[in-house]
Amino acid sequence: MKRQTVTHRLRFLLLFSRQGKLRLQKWFVPTSEREKKKVIRDMIMLVLPRQPRTCNFLQWKDLKIVYKRYASLYFCAGLEEHDNELLALEVLHRYVELLDKYFGNVCELDIIFNFEKAYFILDEFLMGGEVLETSKFAVNVSMEQADTLQETMEEYMSKPAY
Amino acid sequence: MPAPIRLRELIRTIRTARTQAEEREMIQKECAAIRSSFREEDNTYRCRNVAKLLYMHMLGYPAHFGQLECLKLIASQKFTDKRIGYLGAMLLLDERQDVHLLMTNCIKNDLNHSTQYVQGLALCTLGCMGSSEMCRDLAGEVEKLLKTSNSYLRKKAALCAVHVIRKVPELMEMFLPATKNLLSEKNHGVLHTSVVLLTEMCERSPDTLAHFRKLVPQLVRILKNLIMSGYSPEHDVSGISDPFLQVRILRLLRILGKNDDDSSEAMNDILAQVATNTETSKNVGNAILYETVLTIMDIKSESGLRVLAINILGRFLLNNDKNIRYVALTSLLKTVQTDHNAVQRHRSTIVDCLKDLDVSIKRRAMELSFALVNGNNIRGMMKELLYFLDSCDPEFKADCASGVFLAAEKYAPSKRWHIDTIMRVLTTAGSYVRDDSVPNLIQLITNSVEMHAYTVQRLYKALLDDISQQPLVQVASWCIGEYGDLLVSGQCEEEEPIQVTEDEVLDVLEGLLVSNLSTPVTRGYSLTAIMKLSTRFSSVNRIKKVVSIYGSSIDVELQQRAVEYNALFKKYDHMRPALLERMPIMEKTASNGPTEIVQTNGETEPSTVEAKHPPPVTQPTNQVRIISKNIYCIPSMTAYNKNGLKIDFTFERANPNPNIAVITIHATNSTEAEMTDFVFQAAVPKTFQLQLLSPSSNVVPALNQGTVTQVIRVLNPQKQQLRMRIKLTYTHKGSAVQDLAEVNNFPPQSWQ
Repeated sequence: MKRQTVTHRLRFLLLFSRQGKLRLQKWFVPTSEREKKKVIRDMIMLVLPRQPRTCNFLQWKDLKIVYKRYASLYFCAGLEEHDNELLALEVLHRYVELLDKYFGNVCELDIIFNFEKAYFILDEFLMGGEVLETSKFAVNVSMEQADTLQETMEEYMSKPAY
Repeated sequence: MPAPIRLRELIRTIRTARTQAEEREMIQKECAAIRSSFREEDNTYRCRNVAKLLYMHMLGYPAHFGQLECLKLIASQKFTDKRIGYLGAMLLLDERQDVHLLMTNCIKNDLNHSTQYVQGLALCTLGCMGSSEMCRDLAGEVEKLLKTSNSYLRKKAALCAVHVIRKVPELMEMFLPATKNLLSEKNHGVLHTSVVLLTEMCERSPDTLAHFRKLVPQLVRILKNLIMSGYSPEHDVSGISDPFLQVRILRLLRILGKNDDDSSEAMNDILAQVATNTETSKNVGNAILYETVLTIMDIKSESGLRVLAINILGRFLLNNDKNIRYVALTSLLKTVQTDHNAVQRHRSTIVDCLKDLDVSIKRRAMELSFALVNGNNIRGMMKELLYFLDSCDPEFKADCASGVFLAAEKYAPSKRWHIDTIMRVLTTAGSYVRDDSVPNLIQLITNSVEMHAYTVQRLYKALLDDISQQPLVQVASWCIGEYGDLLVSGQCEEEEPIQVTEDEVLDVLEGLLVSNLSTPVTRGYSLTAIMKLSTRFSSVNRIKKVVSIYGSSIDVELQQRAVEYNALFKKYDHMRPALLERMPIMEKTASNGPTEIVQTNGETEPSTVEAKHPPPVTQPTNQVRIISKNIYCIPSMTAYNKNGLKIDFTFERANPNPNIAVITIHATNSTEAEMTDFVFQAAVPKTFQLQLLSPSSNVVPALNQGTVTQVIRVLNPQKQQLRMRIKLTYTHKGSAVQDLAEVNNFPPQSWQ
C-alpha cells in the first residue's frame, strides 16, 4: 500500500462482536484477501482484550488504530500516521448515530440481518476513506429516497426483492 | 424449481448452527444451490443469491464464483439489482481481479443515468476501488459531474476525483478548472469534499499549492462563520458546528501556510480565536483544538501563538480523558525537537504520566521523557526513569534500559553516578538488557580507570545476591577477571572496602560455571575470568585444576577455551602474564588495539574483537584461534578437503629455533555421522625432519561440532620448500576409510 504523499484518511473500518465475529468490513485501499484476513485477525486480537477504561488508540505497524465499543459491537478503524484520532472517534460516533436513526434504536441484530443496509448507509457517509456528508439529516434522507426507489421497482416486477 | 430461500431466512438458519462443522455444511449446501441457480442464468433471483453470497463471504467463506454475477446485476435495470451488484463489486471485485475492468462500461453508463441514486452508486464504486485504467477512462465523466449544480452528485464527484488523482496523479490538471467556485457552495457536504479535493491537489503539486494560496482569506471566512454561527441542528455536535469541516479547513490552512509568511499571517487571528474559544469539555472540541495546535506548530506563526499551542497540549496532559492525554503526548513528542524549551516546561506532568495505568500512555510518556533528558535535569529525570524501570511491564523494560544507558552515556554528571546507574539497571532489569549492552558496558568500565575498584566491588556484591540475570553476570565476571586483584586488596576509595579472599572469589566464579542458570556465553566469560586471575592471584594451582577439568567439557566452546588455556599453562607459560595483563583503554571503533584472543583466518589484520570481547559463542568455527600476540601471522591453509573431512593447517614459527615450523592440524567433519578411530599420519622429504605430537582426540564430531587438533613440528635446516604427504584413516558409518594426499600449497612464510 505505497503512497507518495501524506494522506489523511481511513484505511479500513471493521465491525465485530465481542465474540470476534465480523459484522462489516470496509477497505479503503486495495487489499488482498490474505491480508484482509490477517488484519481482521490482528484487530480482533488487539482490541478484544482491552480493558474498559483504557484509551481508544493503539499503534499497530505504521497505522493508528481507533476503536470504540457500542453495546456488543466494536467499531474499529485504521488510520494513517498523520491523521487526527480524536476526530476519528467522532466519525465512528456519527456512523453509529446514523445507524441508530435509520434502524431506530439499533442493535447488533439489525446489523446482522440487514448488513447490506449498513453498507449502504456507510457509503452515504464515507467514500474513499474520507467523510462525504457532514449533515446528520442528509444521509438518512438519501437512504429513505433510495429505499423508496427500490420498492417501486419491486412493485413493478411484482416479485419480492430478496 | 422452488424459489431460493430469502436472505434473512438463510441468516436465521445459519445462526442456529451449533458447531463450525454444522455451519460449514449449511453453507456448502446453499452455495451449491446458488451455483446451479447462477448456471441457469436466473434473472429473477440473482439479486437474492448474490446477497446471500455476500453474507457467507463475510463469515469467511469463498465467494469468487459470484464475481461475474455482480457484473450482471450492475448491468441490470432494476435499482435493487444495481445496489447489490455494486456492493458485491466493492466487496469481491477489487482491482486485482481480472474481471474488474469489465465494470468500466456499466459504470460509465450509470454515471450518466437519469436517476441520481444510480449515478451515486457508480461514483461511489469508482471512488472507492476504481483501478488506474478505469480512472483514466472515466475521469472525464467525473469532471463533468463535478461541475453540476446537484449537490448530492457534486460532493460524490469531488471525492471520486480525489480517488482518481490518487490513482493517476497526471490527471489532476483536468480537474483544476472545476474547482473554481467550489468554495462558494453553501452545502456542507460539497464544501467538505471540496476542501478534501483541494487539499489533495495542494499536497501533490507545489505549483497548485502556490496557486491556491489565494483561497486563504475565503477559507478563513468560512471557518469564522462556522464558529460564530448560531445553532444548526443539522451540523451540530455538542455545541460545535460541523467539526468535520472545521478540521479539514484547519488542515488545508496548515498546508497553505507552511513556509509562507503572508498566508500564515492571514490565518493568525482565526487560529488564535479557535484556540481560545473552543469548548474543551467534550472530545469533539478537543479534536478541533488538536488540529489547531498541529496547524499552529507547522506554519510560520508568531511565537505567542506557538506558546499558546504548547500550553494547550500541556493542558491536554492534565485532562481526565485518556485519549486526550495520549494525543498530547504524541504531539509533544513530535514538537520536542523544534520547541524543546517550551516542552520542557511540562516535564513534570509528562513524568507523572509514567505512572498512568494505561499502557499506550505509559509508552508515549517514556519516549517523551527520554527526549527531554538533558545535562541539567539528568539526575532528577533518571531517578524517575529508574523508578519506572523497576515497576513497569516487561514489554517496556528493554527499551527503557537502552534509553537509560544512552542518556547516562550522554549526560552523566560523574563517573561514579554513571557506574551506579548502570548497576541499578543491571540489578533491576538485568535480564531485559540488550545483548549489545554488555560489550558497551565493559568498554565504559574499562575506561573509568579510577572507578575500577569500586565497580568490581559492587559487581561482586551483586553477584553474591543474584546470578540469574545473564548480562549482569557477564559484566561482573569480566570485571572480576580484570580487577580481581583490586577486589582482594581490601582497598576502595568510594565506599567501605569488602574483605574477600582469593578462594571466595574463585568459589563464586566456579559457581557460575556449574550453575544451571548460566548460559553458555556466561560460562565462557566466567572461565576466561578465572584464567585471567592466574596472573593476579596466587592460587594458580587451583585455577590450573579448574581449567584442566573443563578441557573435557561437553560444551565445545568451553572445551576449546579450556584446552587453549591449558596449552597456555603448559607450553606458553612465558607468554601468560603478557597475554593476560590488564586491558588498556579501548577506543570504541578501533580495530587494532591489542587483543587477547585473535581470530585469524589467513588475513594479517586482527578482526575487530574489541566491541565484542570476549568473542560471542556461535558455532565453533573451522577457523583458527591462536593464542599468541607475538606471532607474525602466517596464513593458514586447507590441506585436505574430501568427503566431508576437512583438514586445515595453521602455522607458528617457534621463536627459539626459526628453522622449526610448528604446524597445527585442525580436522573437522561436516557429515552427519562422526568419524571415529581417526588417525593422521604425515611424511616429509628426506631433507626435513618431522615430529608428530599426540592428537587431541581420535573422534571427529559430526556436523562441524568440534575439531581434532594435532601438532606437527617440522625441522627445515636447509630452508627448502615444504612438501608433505599425508595419510588419513578413520571409521565412518561403520566402514573403514583410508586416503592419501599430497600437500604442496604451503605458504612461503612457513619454510623460508
